[in-house]
Amino acid sequence: MKFASQLVNFDACPGDPYRPVVTPIYQTATFQQQEADRFGEYDYSRSGNPTRSVLEHHLAVLEHGTRAFCFSSGMAAISTVAALLQPGDQIVADGDLYGGTCRLFSRILTNQGITVRYVDMSDLEQVTAALSAKTRLVYAESPTNPLLRVIDLPSVAKLAHAHGALFCVDNSLMSPYLQNPLALGADLVVHSATKFLCGHSDVTGGVIVVKDEELAERVYFLQNAQGNALGPFDCYLLMRGLKTLKLRLDAQQTNARAIAEFLCQHPRVREVYYPGISDSPASAIHHQQARGTGAVLAFTTGSKETSKHIVERLRMFRIAVSFGSVNSTISIPGFMSHASVPAEIRATRQLPEDLVRVSAGIEDADDLIADLDRALSQALLQHA
Amino acid sequence: MSPYCSSPESTVAIHGGRTLDSDASSIVFPLYQTGNFVHEAVGVDQGFSYSRVSNPTVDALEQALGALENSLPAVCFRSGMAALTTLFLSILKAGDHAIISEVVYGGTRRLFDELLCNLGITSSFVDSSDPECIERAITPRTRIILVETPGNPTLRLTDIAAVASIAKRHSILLTVDNTFLTPLLQEPLELGADVSVLSTTKYIDGHNSTVGGSLASRSEALNERFRLVRKTIGAIQAPFEAWLTLRGLGTLPMRLRLHCANALEIARWLEAHPAVARVFYPGLDSFPQKALADRQQSEPGGMLAFELKASSETAVQVANKLKLCRRAESLGGLETLVTHPATTTHADVEPEIRERLGITPGLMRISVGLECPTDIIADLEQAFTNFGCGREQTTRGNHEVCQPAR
Repeated sequence: MKFASQLVNFDACPGDPYRPVVTPIYQTATFQQQEADRFGEYDYSRSGNPTRSVLEHHLAVLEHGTRAFCFSSGMAAISTVAALLQPGDQIVADGDLYGGTCRLFSRILTNQGITVRYVDMSDLEQVTAALSAKTRLVYAESPTNPLLRVIDLPSVAKLAHAHGALFCVDNSLMSPYLQNPLALGADLVVHSATKFLCGHSDVTGGVIVVKDEELAERVYFLQNAQGNALGPFDCYLLMRGLKTLKLRLDAQQTNARAIAEFLCQHPRVREVYYPGISDSPASAIHHQQARGTGAVLAFTTGSKETSKHIVERLRMFRIAVSFGSVNSTISIPGFMSHASVPAEIRATRQLPEDLVRVSAGIEDADDLIADLDRALSQALLQHA
Repeated sequence: MSPYCSSPESTVAIHGGRTLDSDASSIVFPLYQTGNFVHEAVGVDQGFSYSRVSNPTVDALEQALGALENSLPAVCFRSGMAALTTLFLSILKAGDHAIISEVVYGGTRRLFDELLCNLGITSSFVDSSDPECIERAITPRTRIILVETPGNPTLRLTDIAAVASIAKRHSILLTVDNTFLTPLLQEPLELGADVSVLSTTKYIDGHNSTVGGSLASRSEALNERFRLVRKTIGAIQAPFEAWLTLRGLGTLPMRLRLHCANALEIARWLEAHPAVARVFYPGLDSFPQKALADRQQSEPGGMLAFELKASSETAVQVANKLKLCRRAESLGGLETLVTHPATTTHADVEPEIRERLGITPGLMRISVGLECPTDIIADLEQAFTNFGCGREQTTRGNHEVCQPAR
C-alpha cells in the first residue's frame, strides 16, 4: 500500500462492538477486570489505552517500525530515549540540535553522570573521532533545525553500530511521509507530534518508533514506569490530523520551495538554507535518503535588527515557535526556539543571530510571497 | 441522613443501567466522536449506522437518564429547546391546540408565537397552578398540555396529579418540564404525566459546560415517534456533550442535596432580612403552596426568588454589586447565578402578566450554587448595604423602599 492509502487505511477500532468509522475516545483512567486475579488487555490508562493503541499501531506502520509509543510531548519522548542510558554513558550528538534537546542533554543528563559531545555530524570524520567505548547513543536530526544541514544517516548508523551504540533520529522536520530513518539504519525514531504529524497546532505530543522487539520492551517499560504517555483525547486529535499529513505536506512543500526561490533572488537576503535549492553534495545525500525537502527553511539578512524588522512586519506569517502547522509561522531561533541552548554551547554553535526560520503553511503561495516581498522591501528602505 | 451520605439514587446516577459490551471494559464509557459506523455487510450494522440517528455515547446517556426517570431510555437533544420542538412536532398537526403554563421559559412561548403558529398550531398560555384554568382552556383540538413546575421565576407550583387526571379524562398528553427539580426530586411520570422534559444543561450536567435536552416516557410508540422526528430534523445530542453530561450525572444526587441545603439557608436568611419583602422558596413555611410542595416534591430544590423592597433600578444596581454571585442566565450549575427577571428574562412579557406572575421591579432570582452558604450570604449583604438596603440602614431608617447610596 502506498503512503497516501496507509494514512487512512488502518483498523480504527479493533474489537469494538459498534464498528465506528472513527476511533472512540477511551477517556477513562481504569478498566474493569473480568476476573479478580487476571487483567484483560487493558487495566490502567497509564499502562495502555485503546485509543492510544490504535494510534501507536498506526504510527509504527507509517515509520517502518514494529512498535510506536506516544508521549505527552516531543521532549517527553526524547527524555524516554535518554532514560535508556546509565551513568558513565556518553551521547554523541549533532551540534545543530533543537534547543530543548540540547538543554535536556547538557543541563539534565550531565547531572546524572551522562556525558554529551556535540560534533558537526555532516562531517563523518568528526563523528568517528568522537565515538568511544562509552558511547551508547548517537543522536541527530536531518535536515537539522534550524540550519537545515544534511546528515548522512546510513553512514552515521554504521559508525554508531560499529561502536555498539544506538542511533536515534529526530524525524520531526521530515515526517514519515518524506523520510524513514528506521529504514536507513536508525534504531529509534522520535517525533515531536506537535509538528507535521498533527499539523493543526492543537496537540502537544511526542512519538518513539523502534523496530527491535527487545528495545521496544525497554521503551514500553519506561513509558509505563515514568507515566508520560499521551492522553486519549490528544491521541484522537493527533489521529485526526495525521490523516491529512500527505495533503498538507505536499502543499506546504510546494509553498516552501516557492518561498526559497523567491528569497534566493531577493537583494535583502544574504543566504537561504533549504535542501531543495542547491545541487551541493549535501543536497545529493538528502535526496538519496528522503523523498522531499520539507516545508521548513531559513534565511539570513545581514543583521538581527533587519531580521526582527522583517519578521514583525509580516501579516501572513505568525511569529511563533514550533513548525509544521497549516498556518505559516516565522521565528528568529536565536531569540526563540534555541534560546534554551546553554550560552557556552551557543557560542560554539555558529547559529547566525540574524537567522530567520520559516515554516510554510498551506496558504496560497502568491499571498505568502507578496507578504514577504512587502516586509523585505520595507526593511530595504529602512536600512538602505 | 447526612446530606453527604449516599442514596439509592446515587447508585442509579453512577451506573444508570448502561453497559459497554466491549472487550476493553473501560470504566468510563468511551466517547464515540465519529460520524458513521461500518456495516459488516450491506444492510447489516451493529446497532449504529449514522450519528445523526444514534450514537453509542449518546445512547449511554439516554439509558442513564431513563434509569433516573424510571422510563424507557430517554431521547437526547442538542438543547432543551430542541427537545421541546421535537415534542411538539411529534404530537401536533395543523389545527391542533396546546395548553402551556404561563410560567414556562420564554423560549417555549417564542416557539409557539414565532414558529408553530405559522404551521397552524394554536396555543393557550394559562395559570396552571389552578387546574380549573387548564380544564377551561381545553378545546376539541387540544392535544398536549405542558406544565413547568416549579415555575420560573417565582416557583409557582402546578399540581401534576390533578392536571394528569384532567388530561386523562380528555385523552390529552401531559408533559412536565422538570428542569428545576430533575427526576430525583420530583417524578412526573409517577404522578401521571406522559412525558418528562429536561434541559440537561441545568442540574443534570450541573457544571455549566454543556447544552442539551431530553424527553422521557414509558410509551414505546411515543419514544419511536420522538426518535423519528429527531432523526428527521437532525436535533440529536453531540457525542462529546453527551459524554460530559454523563460525567456530570454521577454527582447529581450529592450536588442536589447540597443545592437544596444551601438554598434553604439562604432563603431563611433572606426572609429575616428587613430589606426583603418576600421570599419564594418551597422549603419555607411561608411558601403559599407548601403543602403541594411537600406532597409532590421530595426536596424544595436549589432555586429561589425574593423581592427586594426597592425599585427596578436599585435592584439592578444591587445585582451589579455582587462579587461572588454571578450575573448570568441559566441555572443549576456549581456557581451561584443571580438574575433580575423584570429587566432580563421577562422584559418582553406584558406588564399585567408580569404582575400576575409576581415579577415585581424588586424581584431577583437565585440559582443557588455549591459555594459555602455564608460566603453567598456575605456577598448578598455587602451588595444590599452598598445601596442602602443593608440591615442597619433599613431598620434604623425605617425605609419602605431602599434608595441608592449617596
